[in-house]
Amino acid sequence: MIQLDSLTKVFDTPKGAVVAADHIDMEVPAGEICVLLGPSGCGKTTTLKMINRIIRPTSGKVYINGEDTTGMDTQDLRRGIGYVIQQIGLFPNMTIEENITVVPRLLGWDKARYKERAREMMAMIAMEPDAFLKRYPNELSGGQQQRIGVARALAADPPVMLMDEPFGAIDPINRAVIQDEFLKMQQELKKTIMFVSHDIDEAIKMGDRIAIFREGKLVQSSTPDDLLAAPRNAFVESFLGEDRALKRLNLVKVRDVVSDDIGCVRPDDTLEAALARIDDFGYQSSILMVNDRRQPVGIITRSVARTTKGYCRDHFLGIPASVNLDDDLRKVASLMFAHDTTWLPCVDDDGRVCGQITQRSMTRHLGSRYRALEGDVSPNATALTDTTPKE
Amino acid sequence: MPIQTMKGALRVLLVAAVFFAGVWSHASGVIDEFLFYLPDVQYLMGQHLWLTAVSGGLAIAAAIPLGIVLSRPSMARIAESAMQVLNVGTTIPTLAVLALSMSFLGIGTVPAIFGLFVATLLPIARNTYAGLKGVSPALMEAAAGIGMSPTQRLFKVELPNALYVIFAGIRTALTINVGTVPLAFLIGAGGLGELIFTGIALYDTVMMLAGAIPTALLAIIVDALIATTAFLVVPRGVNPSRA
Repeated sequence: MIQLDSLTKVFDTPKGAVVAADHIDMEVPAGEICVLLGPSGCGKTTTLKMINRIIRPTSGKVYINGEDTTGMDTQDLRRGIGYVIQQIGLFPNMTIEENITVVPRLLGWDKARYKERAREMMAMIAMEPDAFLKRYPNELSGGQQQRIGVARALAADPPVMLMDEPFGAIDPINRAVIQDEFLKMQQELKKTIMFVSHDIDEAIKMGDRIAIFREGKLVQSSTPDDLLAAPRNAFVESFLGEDRALKRLNLVKVRDVVSDDIGCVRPDDTLEAALARIDDFGYQSSILMVNDRRQPVGIITRSVARTTKGYCRDHFLGIPASVNLDDDLRKVASLMFAHDTTWLPCVDDDGRVCGQITQRSMTRHLGSRYRALEGDVSPNATALTDTTPKE
Repeated sequence: MPIQTMKGALRVLLVAAVFFAGVWSHASGVIDEFLFYLPDVQYLMGQHLWLTAVSGGLAIAAAIPLGIVLSRPSMARIAESAMQVLNVGTTIPTLAVLALSMSFLGIGTVPAIFGLFVATLLPIARNTYAGLKGVSPALMEAAAGIGMSPTQRLFKVELPNALYVIFAGIRTALTINVGTVPLAFLIGAGGLGELIFTGIALYDTVMMLAGAIPTALLAIIVDALIATTAFLVVPRGVNPSRA
C-alpha cells in the first residue's frame, strides 16, 4: 500500500516558485495498479518521483505499507521499491544477468541465490535464460530491453513498484504485447504499483484506479469505469476525449451484457417452424441455426423463411461473426459495424452458443451507468442489469 | 577488379621499394652507421621510456581523480570554468611549459617530468570529465532509483560507461608524451632527443634519424599497447571496437 499525505513540491526557478505538486493526498491499495494520468507538466511524474526521493518533497509524507518513509535511509528505501523508467536505463556495461541481479547484489544476496533468481525472472518474462543472460543490453530490441527493465525492478521482489511511462518508448504492437504480459504477471504477483502515463487508453487498460492530474493538483481519482462514466469537471471530460463512452467499451466484457435467452433453429427444422420461431421471439430479420453440439452454423432470414418452403439446412446463410464471453464490447462493436448487423451470437470456450448480444443491450448497459450517476447515486453503484430486449 | 589489381601492384611496388632501400643502405654503409649508435639508442631509449612512464603515470594518477571530482554535481558551479582553464592550458606549447618549469625548478629530470606531466594531464582530465558527464541521465536515474549510493554509482555505472572515452584520452596523451620527451633534452633530462638535437646541430642525418626513428616507433608501440589495453579492459557492452 502506498499512501501520500499532503505531498508537495515547490521548484525554485528564476521566474519564481513553481508548484509542481500541490498537497497530493492519495492512496494505492495493496495489490492494485494506480495510473497517474495527465498532460505533460501536470505533476504526475514529480509525484511519482517523490515516493523514491529522486525528487525531494518540499513537504508532506509518504507511507509505504503503513510505514512513514521520512526517516528511512534513501538507499534502503529505494532498494525496497521496484523502479522502471521510460528510457529503460539498463546498464550497458553489464550483462543481462548482471542487470537483473543488480538490486539483489546490492542487498548482499549470495551468488547461488541471485543467479537462480535471474533465471526465475527470465522465465517470468518469457525469455530464454541461456540465450540472453550472458548478452549485453545493446544486443536486444527495445521491447526485450524493457522486459529486462521490468525484471530488474522485480528481482528483489519489492512489494511496491513505481513505473514512469514504462512502455512509452516501445512501438504500439510490442507495447500491447508487453502490457498484456505485465498484467498477467501482476495477477500472480499482486504488487502495489504506481504507474505514470499520458496515454488514456493505456491507463484504462492497466489501471485499477486512475488519478487525473492537472497543474500540480489531483483532480479526480476513481476506477476507470467511474472516471469515464462520470468525469468530475470539464477538464477531465476534455482530457478523456469526446469518445469516452466508446472507451468504456474496453472495460465491459460480453459476459456482463450477454442475454442467454436466444432462440435457435436446427438444420432439420422446416422453414415454417423457423418463421414461427422468429415471430415468437420477436426477431426482426433473422434467427440463428445451430448444430447438434449447439455450435452456430448459420442464420435463416425472415424473408427466406416466409417465401420459401423446405428445411433450414438448405436455405441458411453464413453467420457473419460470433464473439466469446471474455471479449470486450469494443470488439463486439467493431464486428457489428464491420458486418452491418445489430446482434451477434455469443459462444463459450467450446464454441457453443450461450446467448446473444445486441446493440440495444450494449447501449442500455453503458447508458444505465450514466443515468444512475446523473441521478446522484454514489459513483460506486453497480450498473443496472436489465433484461436485454430482442430485436 | 581494377581496384584489386591496383592494390596488388602497389604491394609489389612497396616490397620492391623496401628491398631497394635495404640494398642501398647496405651498399652505402648507412646500416653500419646506425649500428654505431645502437648502444646510445638503447641507453637513451631507457631514459626516454622512464621519463614517459613517470610523467605519464603521475598524470594519469592525478588527472582521473581530477576529472571525477570536477564531474560531481556539487562541483557543477566551478567545473565549467575549470575545464576552460584546462583548455587554455592545452594551447600553451609544451616547449614553453618546459621552459617555464625550468625557470622554476632548474635543469634536469625533475623539471622535465613536471613539464611533461602538465602537458599530459590536460587531455586525460578533459576526457575523464567529458566521459563522465556524457553518461546518460537516464542511466544515472536508474542507478539512483534502484538504490545505489553515489560511490556505487560512480564505480559500477559511471566509470565503466566512461571508460572508453577515458582510455581515448590516455591514448592521445601518452602518444603525445612520447613524442614530446625529446624536448626534455633541451632542459637537460636526456632521452632520444639527445641524438635528434645533436644530429641537427652537427648536421648529421644518420644521428638525427637514430633518435627520430626509435621515437616514432615508441609512439606507435605505446599507442598500440594502450589500444589493446582498452580493448581488453572496457566492458564489451560499452566497447565500440568489440561491438
